[in-house]
Amino acid sequence: MAGKAQPKLLEVRDLRTYFHTFAGTVRAVNGVSFDIAAGEVMGLVGESGGGKSVVGFSILGLIDSPGKIEGGEIRLNGEDLVKAGEARLREIRGREISMVFQDPMTSLNPLHSIGRQMDEVLRLHSDLDVKTRHAACVEMLENVGISRAEERLKAYPHQFSGGMRQRVVIAIALLARPRLIIADEPTTALDVTIQSQILKLMRRQIAKKGASMILVTHDLAVVSEMANHITVLYCGNVVERGRTRELIEAPAHPYTRGLIDSIPDLSNRHERLQQIPGTVPDIRNLPKGCNFRDRCPRAQALCGEVEPSLTAQRGSLSAACHFPLRPGKRA
Amino acid sequence: MFGYLLKRMIQMSLVLWVVSVIVFLMMSFTGDPVFMVVPIDATDAEIAQARRILGLDQSVLVQYWRFISSLVQGDFGNSYVFRQPALKLILERLPATVEMVLVAMALALVVAIPLGVYAGANPNSRISRIIMAGSLLGISLPGFWVGMVLIFLFAVHWGIFPSSGRGDTVEIFGLRISLLTADGWRHIILPALTLSLATMAILLRMTRAGMMEVGRQDFMKFARAKGATRRDVLYKHGLKNALIPVITIFGLQLGDLIAFATITETIFSWPGMGKLLIDSIYRADRPVIVVYLMLVALIFVVINFLVDIVYTLIDPRIALK
Amino acid sequence: MTAFFQSEFFYNYRRSSSAMIGSALMASFALAVLVGPFLVSQNPYDIAALDLMDSYKPPFWLEGGDPRFWLGTDGQGRDVWASILYGARISLFIGLVAMVASCAIGTLLGLVAGFYGGLVDSVIMRIADIQLSFPSILIALFLMSAVGTGIDKVLIALTAVGWVVYARTVRGSTLSEIEKEYVQAARVAGLPNSKIIRKHVLPNVLTPLIVIATIQVGTFVLIEASLSFLGVGVPITQPSLGLLIKNGFDVLFSGLWWTSVFPGVAIMMLVFGINLFGDFLRDELNPRLK
Repeated sequence: MAGKAQPKLLEVRDLRTYFHTFAGTVRAVNGVSFDIAAGEVMGLVGESGGGKSVVGFSILGLIDSPGKIEGGEIRLNGEDLVKAGEARLREIRGREISMVFQDPMTSLNPLHSIGRQMDEVLRLHSDLDVKTRHAACVEMLENVGISRAEERLKAYPHQFSGGMRQRVVIAIALLARPRLIIADEPTTALDVTIQSQILKLMRRQIAKKGASMILVTHDLAVVSEMANHITVLYCGNVVERGRTRELIEAPAHPYTRGLIDSIPDLSNRHERLQQIPGTVPDIRNLPKGCNFRDRCPRAQALCGEVEPSLTAQRGSLSAACHFPLRPGKRA
Repeated sequence: MFGYLLKRMIQMSLVLWVVSVIVFLMMSFTGDPVFMVVPIDATDAEIAQARRILGLDQSVLVQYWRFISSLVQGDFGNSYVFRQPALKLILERLPATVEMVLVAMALALVVAIPLGVYAGANPNSRISRIIMAGSLLGISLPGFWVGMVLIFLFAVHWGIFPSSGRGDTVEIFGLRISLLTADGWRHIILPALTLSLATMAILLRMTRAGMMEVGRQDFMKFARAKGATRRDVLYKHGLKNALIPVITIFGLQLGDLIAFATITETIFSWPGMGKLLIDSIYRADRPVIVVYLMLVALIFVVINFLVDIVYTLIDPRIALK
Repeated sequence: MTAFFQSEFFYNYRRSSSAMIGSALMASFALAVLVGPFLVSQNPYDIAALDLMDSYKPPFWLEGGDPRFWLGTDGQGRDVWASILYGARISLFIGLVAMVASCAIGTLLGLVAGFYGGLVDSVIMRIADIQLSFPSILIALFLMSAVGTGIDKVLIALTAVGWVVYARTVRGSTLSEIEKEYVQAARVAGLPNSKIIRKHVLPNVLTPLIVIATIQVGTFVLIEASLSFLGVGVPITQPSLGLLIKNGFDVLFSGLWWTSVFPGVAIMMLVFGINLFGDFLRDELNPRLK
C-alpha cells in the first residue's frame, strides 16, 4: 500500500439493497457508490427513511429478510463482501468492521454483564487467554472514560446511564481494533450535553487507533464537526458528496442546501429556520426524473423527465442535479 | 434477604390458611361424614355418639379450630377406607407422582425449547408452521384420550410397553424410585409422555413468542455485528431473554402437571397420590382428600417461591423485594 | 355488512388458512350439533331403538362392520356416530354456557374492582390470585367431588374457575380506561357511576375478552371431558364426549377401540378448530399478545 497516496479501505460501487414487502419493493438503497480511505471519517447524511442505516447494515451483511442486496460491490481492501460467505463475514464483523448502534439502551444484552459482552468480541476474534482479554477490556473501558473499570465489568447494563452505555458500546466496537467503524446515529438517543462528549470520545479514539469511520446521521451539525467527507443520500441515491467544508459552506444540490438551512447554528443568516417543504416521496413507486423535484425550489420541466446523474461540480463536490447551486446564491 | 424470606413465609402461610378454610367449608357443607364411619344399620344413639367423637356436634367455628389445630400438628386423621393415617398414605405415594411429573417436565422442556427457538427464529419457514400447528394440536387434545390411544397402540396392539403399574422399584433413603431400573423406565415412558404433551405445547409456544419478541431487539443485531455465530446469537443472547416469560409459566405448568397426573395415573393405574385422590373421591374418603389438597397447596406455594428465586438468578434487573 | 367484507379483518381472514380451517371446523360442529340428531336414524338414548344384537360392531370398513353404523356400535348396540352427535351437543352446551357465565361474572367483578378500587378490589383480586396459582382442573375436580355429578354442577364448577381471567383482564383495562380524560370528564360532569361504566368503560374493555372467551370454550370442553372421564362430571344418562371416552376405555383392552377413539377425535377437532380460530383472533385483535 505504501506508494499510493490514499489507499482505499472501502469501496462501495452501485450498491442496491431492496426490501421485498407485500406492498411492493422498497428500493432503500438504489445505486450508492462511495470510497473511504484509511483513517478517514465519512458522514452519511439524509432524512429518516433515506436508506442511510441500510447502507451500514449492507456493508456488514446484516440485511434480514425481506431485505436483500440486489447488486453492486462492497470492497474491503479489494475483497468483495457482497460475494463473501457468512463465515467470512463473521470474521469481518467486529474484527475488521464494527458497528455502533443508535440506541444504547437497547443495544446491550440486559442479562449479560458488561464484561461478558466486551469479552465476547475478543473471544470471537483473538486467541488471547482469559487474563489478557480481561486486561484488554479494562484498558478499553478506561479509554472510553469509564472509571473503576475493573468493577464496572461485573455490572449489568441497567446499572449504567445512557451515555455510559454508549461508551461501553463504543468500547466494544473498538476492542478488536477494527479498521472501519460504522456509527449509526450514535448520539441521537442521548442528551445534548452527553452528545458532544461522546462525539469527542469517538473522534479521539478513532484517530488514536487509525481507524476509519462511517458516521450515519440526519444531523449535519454533528457530521460537520467530525467528518472529512460527506455523502448525502436522498431516496436511496447519492445526491451530493464532497469535502465537508466545501459542502457545508456552498453545497451544489438544493437538497443539501435545505438540510443545512434547517440546522439552527449553521444558518444564522436567517431569522427563521428553513424547512424543506413536502415529505420524502413514497419510495415504493418513485416518480420519473429527479426524486427531489416536487420539493425543489429550482425544479424545471427537465427535472420531471430525466433523472440527473452524479456529476463533478466545483472543487471536490459532485452533485446529481440538473440545475446546481452556485456559491453565494440562495436556493 | 432475611426480610424478604420472612415476608414470603408469611404470604405462603396466608395462602395455605385460606386454602384450609375453603377446604374445610367445602367439606362441612357437603354431605354428612358421619355416615362414612357408622355402619349402615346404626341406631340413632350410635350415630349421635359417632357425631360426638368426630366433633360434629360442635359449632362450625369450634370444628374449624379443631380441624386447623390438628392440621398444624400434622394430624390429618385416619382414612375412612384404609384405617391408616391419611398423611402416611399420601406420602407413600408421593414419590411415584413426583417421578412421573419430573420425567414429563424434562420431556416437555427437551422438546419444547429447541423447537420453540427454531420456530421463533424462523417464523416463516414451513417447518415452523408444522411445529406450530402441532403445538396447537397438542393443547387441543384431551390428555386422557392420548393416554388411551397410546395404551391401545403400544400396549394392547404392539405390546411394546406395559399399560399399567410402575414396574420394578429400588429403595433409596426409604423412597421407592423406579427410574433406576429398566423396567421402571419402560413403565414410566407412556404415562410421562401423555402427561407432558400439553405442557410441551404450551412451553413451545411461549419459547417461540419469547424468541420472536427478542429477535426484534437491537442487542441481537449488535451481537451479530460483533461477529457472533447465528447459533450463539440465538442461544446465548436470545434464549435467556426469551426464557423470562417461560419461567413465569413454568411454575404454573408444574402445577398443571401435578393436577393432570391424577388423570394420567388413573388411566395407567400408576400408584401415585393422584390415583389415590380419585379413588378417595369415589369413596368420599375425606381425610385423604384434605391431605392431598393441603399437600398440593404447599407444593404450589413452594414452587412459586422457587420460581421467583430463579427469576432473580436469571435477570439481574430484578431484586428480591 | 359490506363494510365487514371490505375490512382488513376479513381480508386477513381470507388469507389465513388456519383461520379458515378453524372456523370451518367450528361451523361444522355447530351444524352437527343443531341438525345432527335429525340425520341419524337412531336415538342412542331411546332404549327401544337399541338392539343388543348390534353390540360392538366395528366401523363399517372393518371385518364384521355394519353399514348402518359406520363408526361402529358400543356394548348396547348404540351407534357411535349418533352418540358423538348427541354427546357433542352436551359438551358444546356446557362449554358455551359456562363461558357466558364466567364472562358475565368475571367482567362484572373486574369492572367493580377496577372502578371502585379499595377493599373490594383487594378482596376480589386476592381471591383471583390464589385461585390462579392452582390449576383449574384441580379446583374443578375438588368442587365436583364436593357437590356431586350433574350438568348444572359442572357448569358451576367451570364458572368458578373461569371467571378469574376475565376479572383480571377487565380490571386492568378498566384501570387504564378510567385514567383517560373523557371518563374523568364524565365523572366531573356528575354522570352516575353505573352509566359511566356502561357507556364509557365497558365498550372499551370488551375487545380482549373476545379472544379469551373463544379459547375458553375449548378449554372448558376439555376440562368437562376430563371431569366426566374421571366420573365426576356429567351423569351417565347425559353422556358428553368425555363420558363416551370413559365408557369406551373400559373395553379398550379387549381391542374394541372405536367406542373411545372416535369421540376423542371429535373433541380434538372441535377444540383444535376453536384454538386455530382463537389464535387468529388474538393476532388480529391484539397484536401485542403475539
